Amino acid sequence: MRRRAVAWWFVAPALCVISVFFVLPVAAALAMSVTDFDIYALADWRNLRVVGLRNYVELLQRPLFWKALGNTLYFVAVGVPLSLAASLGAALLLGSPLARLQAVFRTALFAPVVTTIVAVAVIWRYLLGTRYGFVNYALGALGIEPIDWLGDPRFAMPAIILFAVWKNFGYNMIILLAGLQNIPRELYEAARMDGASALARFRFVTLPQLGPILAIVGILTVAGYFQLFAEPYVMTQGGPLQSTVSVLYFMYEEGFKWWNLGNASAVAFLLFLLIFAVTLVQMRFARRGEAWR
Amino acid sequence: MSGDRRGGKRRGVRRRRVAAAFAVNGLLVAAATFAAFPLLWMLAVSLMAPGEASAYPPPLLPAHATLANYRELFAAAGMGRYLANSVLLAVAATALSLVFNVMAGYAFAKLRFAGRDRIFKLMAAALVIPGQVAMVPLFLLLKNLGLVNSYGGVIVPALASIFGIFLVRQYALSIPDDLLEAARIDGASEWKIFGAIVVPLLRPIIVTLAVFTLLGTWNDFMWPLIVLSDQELYTLPVALASLAREHVQDNELMMAGAVVTTLPVLLVFLALQRYYVEGLTLGSVKG
Repeated sequence: MRRRAVAWWFVAPALCVISVFFVLPVAAALAMSVTDFDIYALADWRNLRVVGLRNYVELLQRPLFWKALGNTLYFVAVGVPLSLAASLGAALLLGSPLARLQAVFRTALFAPVVTTIVAVAVIWRYLLGTRYGFVNYALGALGIEPIDWLGDPRFAMPAIILFAVWKNFGYNMIILLAGLQNIPRELYEAARMDGASALARFRFVTLPQLGPILAIVGILTVAGYFQLFAEPYVMTQGGPLQSTVSVLYFMYEEGFKWWNLGNASAVAFLLFLLIFAVTLVQMRFARRGEAWR
Repeated sequence: MSGDRRGGKRRGVRRRRVAAAFAVNGLLVAAATFAAFPLLWMLAVSLMAPGEASAYPPPLLPAHATLANYRELFAAAGMGRYLANSVLLAVAATALSLVFNVMAGYAFAKLRFAGRDRIFKLMAAALVIPGQVAMVPLFLLLKNLGLVNSYGGVIVPALASIFGIFLVRQYALSIPDDLLEAARIDGASEWKIFGAIVVPLLRPIIVTLAVFTLLGTWNDFMWPLIVLSDQELYTLPVALASLAREHVQDNELMMAGAVVTTLPVLLVFLALQRYYVEGLTLGSVKG
């Protein structure tokens, strides 16, 4: 009996922190999202009124919210497949029996993941500079005219996607590499005996064997990419012409610049619901793919 | 005759293998250059004289390497203060959260208490909630506790993490029950068992979690940005973002700031990357 009491002392500190500083605020966010909590309520709680779903209704009528949602979906829809392709390509190269100096290459490819996002976003802001930036210099060598990467609404989001792929691909690369190394060698030998080409071996051995890990990695990456914030904050401040305002950037400005905290809570909740729904759809697809195999 | 043909075929196979090896390693060099170039460029530009990088074609190496940018950062821009803030906060958050997460992770794996499995399932479900959902009320809560605009406000939410508890639990499951039972029969208290037997056995996962937490808190941006308003308290990422808005043209100075911000974590990673990579694969592939 005493042992059970002691066990509680082991978990109590962590559970207290998680309850008070995570579970309670999440519940409070739901409650706040149906109030008109703003700078006046911040000064005096008596100014607070319950407004029901008004925050949500008004949000869905704000063009900037739809713009932010569209930008975020663009970032996810283009950025995630590119990231996964880069991760898978790098993992296949590193895992190849022909690769030399694997440890050195692995460290170099992984280095961007551990860097501070603000610091490397500053670097890329200069690399992407119109006049003196290295990216335009390299493109110039190919005969391409200078592009105003971060000042042209057509190119700002692609530039941020390029940056995000560079920053993140190493993370999934490591996980996929571990998955590749778990594929039994005999499967490849059997396929080779049957005369399968390298491409066929990739299509019929590697991809199906990696399937479950690819599904997990894909789901986590989508959830992560929906939380776009620091990149536009540092590189573009949401511009030009609001072309890089993400949902979280919108929430940050709404909440901590204009102090419309009720509104900001509603934005956070809508984002959570969206991520949750997309995750469920992905899981269903992953399961169906599993059964189909 | 047939032997000759086989020899030719073997030579063909070998030639194709050499070509494939060249292709694989060539692509690896290209990919590694893509990954490392911005970081090396940052280092090179940080050593250039002010204005030197704003030239066409963009220079790769400084004409005369100088530490002037670093000197200006620390003397005029208060970088020493931000560096100290970052070190203090990252170390404190890591040390405290390790204690909380390791104790809880071990208990969820090896100790019995009422509601253990139900609580664990609830925590697993809570993993899908993005942290930003909690940010607005958390800000108000900390404001009422007087923790907004203080070191405490940055540290407190990082004190325990569901992910950390999961990681430790996963690893602690492999501790043999007999070992713990034998110690109990010898009359050791649960705290004694934890300190003398469990913690040494968990050492590898503790180092892994320490590296994760240290890098995570060092690199964290959104929460410190929200909770800290006093410049004196800024961490490096928050300070760098604010400097970058003021000094848009000062390429060389900003690169020195980026080096100061990102070099410490890169060095920690290089020294302990084995643990980091292990934790990454433990968390997802086997989990």
